[in-house]
Amino acid sequence: MVSDGHFEGRQKAMGLLAKASRAELQAAFDALDGKPAVEPVRGPETGLVMVRGRIGGGGAPFNLGEATVSRASVRLDDGTVGHGQALGTDGAKARLAAIFDALFQQPARAGEVEALLAAVEARIAGEDAGKARQTAATRVDFFTMVRGED
Amino acid sequence: MYVAVKGGEAAISNAHRLLADRRRGDRSLPAIRIEQIVAQLGLAVDRVMAEASLYDRALAALAVRQARGDMIEAIFILRAYRTTLPRFGYSRPVETGAMLVERRVSATYKDLPGGQLLGPTFDYTHRLLDPSLLTDQEVEAPLEREEAGEPVMRVSDILAGEGLVEDDGSLPEGHVPGDLTREPLEFPMARDLRLQALSRGDEGFLLALGYSTQRGYARTHPFVGEVRIGEVEVELDMPELGFAVSLGRIQVTECQMIAQFKGSAKNPPQFTRGYGLVFGQSERKAMAMSLVDRALRAEEFGEDIVAPAQDEEFVISHSDNVQATGFVEHLKLPHYVDFQAELDLVRRMRRDYEAAQDKDLPEAAE
Repeated sequence: MVSDGHFEGRQKAMGLLAKASRAELQAAFDALDGKPAVEPVRGPETGLVMVRGRIGGGGAPFNLGEATVSRASVRLDDGTVGHGQALGTDGAKARLAAIFDALFQQPARAGEVEALLAAVEARIAGEDAGKARQTAATRVDFFTMVRGED
Repeated sequence: MYVAVKGGEAAISNAHRLLADRRRGDRSLPAIRIEQIVAQLGLAVDRVMAEASLYDRALAALAVRQARGDMIEAIFILRAYRTTLPRFGYSRPVETGAMLVERRVSATYKDLPGGQLLGPTFDYTHRLLDPSLLTDQEVEAPLEREEAGEPVMRVSDILAGEGLVEDDGSLPEGHVPGDLTREPLEFPMARDLRLQALSRGDEGFLLALGYSTQRGYARTHPFVGEVRIGEVEVELDMPELGFAVSLGRIQVTECQMIAQFKGSAKNPPQFTRGYGLVFGQSERKAMAMSLVDRALRAEEFGEDIVAPAQDEEFVISHSDNVQATGFVEHLKLPHYVDFQAELDLVRRMRRDYEAAQDKDLPEAAE
């Protein structure tokens, strides 16, 4: 397992691209200055990933059930290969994610991708925080009735 | 036994056309959309995903619509669909401890780190029909409260701190998780394979078995350590890259059932555990699963096997509703030849019976 800074950055980027909506990716693609020439390497294709859980939550792994996953790999004109993969059956989204993964690896274009990633990350953080606040409003505040001592 | 017969093509085709008509129903009403089923019948969608063992809300909603709301039919359709797709791999185990929790309740501790979070629950509703839902009335936005930012600590970790509960559940070093979609079931089976089968098992069947353990058929004295519902990250190792990437999040329901003690000469008495993990929001199923998981560990704990819920072969062989409905429903397929043979047999038996009666009669008259 390689864990230099670049890989960590790309790992995080790919995770955010998976969570981006197709509309977000399409809008960012449409806004790109100079569209890259894209050649398909693999897919887009839809298949299954067997999702695993752990016995007791933290013990030995077991197979919980499958989830649909779509993936695509593309090559840009300079030879950079990008991979896109996300839950669901949206092959077009996986292809867009692969294009952005490839662009992210090009120092000259990584900035454009980072702007997209920042927007996606902020949206998700906002949604998560909103959900957490809604959940917090359903937290039980216990109080004990004062007991008479005599 | 069934025999190939010809005929009926036109009837079948017309029947399916009639089914499509009945499914659409009154044309003066708008057709229900997949997005509406996902958004407004979400728990039906979750049940179909869980029992089809395929996480995909849109496809599960399509199956619900296609099946006219018949859950087992929808599960069957989705289960059949998954066989058409290639398998890309196995995810890393999801980390339920790191879940983005939207509900977490514990029946064992009143005050615990993270608190009792009720979330969107039916609990404490009065189960009275709500006439306001007869019409499309405005629904208030949920209230919000700043959250403490306190981690929602797992109850099993609280108990484990004192050594009062068994650990999460390990299997021998090098054990490869069994996969019932790849190998035929063999008994006895390891707990990992059993959990896979239970997680896709029929909710009604597991509910009844869990209930039976409470009523004394394999009593285990359970407490809900906690139930939690929320989203977890699904990560897949990417061999071509040398690291794992997130594919997105799924919603799961987890139940940690704490049951009565087991100790040995070597180990002091500890609480034992049953575990439930189910796709989507499905608290009843996760609870039932954890009760049955615990009951099925009878042999491991040296308990007497006296009840159906403890019988692994019985439980696991009958928990899959697609298999069950296939075998029950096949009875309506043509069995004409079988039945002809049985008719012949019963006619012969009656002839023999009547002959015996005729022979007996004169003697009775004497």
